[in-house]
Amino acid sequence: MRRKSIGERIRLLGRAGIDVVGSLGASTVFLLRVLFGRGNVGNGFTQLLIKQLFSVGVMSLVIIVVSGLFIGMVLALQGFNILSSYGSEQAVGQMVALTLLRELGPVVTALLFAGRAGSALTAEIGNMKSTEQLSSLEMIGVDPLKYIIAPRLWAGFISLPLLTMIFCVVGIWGGAMVAVDWLGVYDGSFWANMQNSVSFEKDVLNGLIKSIVFAFVVTWIAVFQGYDCEPTSEGISRATTKTVVYASLAVLGLDFILTALMFGDF
Amino acid sequence: MQNRTLEIGVGLFLLAGLLALLLLALRVSGLTVGAGQDTYKLYANFDNLAGLTVRAKVTMAGVGIGKVTAIDLDRDTFTGRVTMELEKRVDNLPVDSTASILTAGLLGEKYIGISVGGDDQLLKDGGTIHDTQSSLVLEDLIGKFLINSVNKDSK
Repeated sequence: MRRKSIGERIRLLGRAGIDVVGSLGASTVFLLRVLFGRGNVGNGFTQLLIKQLFSVGVMSLVIIVVSGLFIGMVLALQGFNILSSYGSEQAVGQMVALTLLRELGPVVTALLFAGRAGSALTAEIGNMKSTEQLSSLEMIGVDPLKYIIAPRLWAGFISLPLLTMIFCVVGIWGGAMVAVDWLGVYDGSFWANMQNSVSFEKDVLNGLIKSIVFAFVVTWIAVFQGYDCEPTSEGISRATTKTVVYASLAVLGLDFILTALMFGDF
Repeated sequence: MQNRTLEIGVGLFLLAGLLALLLLALRVSGLTVGAGQDTYKLYANFDNLAGLTVRAKVTMAGVGIGKVTAIDLDRDTFTGRVTMELEKRVDNLPVDSTASILTAGLLGEKYIGISVGGDDQLLKDGGTIHDTQSSLVLEDLIGKFLINSVNKDSK
């Protein structure tokens, strides 16, 4: 039978739908079990968390700081070029700060985090699964969800908002360096304009909320893809790719929704 | 030993993150802690606010002495009622002081400038500045200019 009948096509569509809903449900159940399930943790949870904070958070610092610096510098340079044609170069500080705090800080940090830490999490957990370390843990009475997954999840939740704040500070500092020291915008008006237009609740806190949401989504996707992957080397590579693609798409899509909710005024 | 350096690294990371949040709050958004006590409120009614916003500066002789905290419409007089919070150390404003809405530069933000009067009585907390000068609206100016030139032509 070369041509599929219409009934067959409908069946395939139905199966694809069931697969999507099924994996959504499985990942939610997985998340709830990791967060709220009781299980044997082995040695202290704090020790495990600190180890993961180091590999997820501290090791991502370099890429975050460097890209934050350059993005801030480029923003100041581009902003200066455009604003100087309207004779309002002083507004460059305001522009850099608002762009970084509202959009670029949370989004770019989350994308970099998905590439740097998310893929590593997926590959690590996938490799543990394929070498049957997870099932060995279960065999000796340690819950792998609590021992392996939970510390990584919490490390991601904690690290990404902190990394975002560092990214914003470094970016604004880079922007100030370019605008004030290089292009000669007056120091006082640069900072005063920024402080006049940036509000703590509306801009800084909303950026922080965004980054917390992104942290939740990116780490969840990364950890679930690792736990759910096919235990072969091909399966691990596919899961790693999926992590980066899904996490990036989720971040960009959610960013639009969050921006509409926070700044949309409707 | 390995564990120790790891913990120190994580500790520094957490500190850096919290410090960054603090910097953003204080240096970038200009949040001031406990500013509630040392300010007092003044009101002023303007015929036309034209672009004045909450958080706009209140200045005297070009020096910032407070900010606009609320803007609403006065139902009885149909004027814009502006609530300002001024620093406590500037508590010697005479009651006949003038508040005017000014613009920083040609296209800049609007702010309120207060110029002192000569009365002996001083404005108290919750007082109202009666002598106000509304914002310059470009369309009105152009309108007046056009009417003037038409009148001249008809003479």
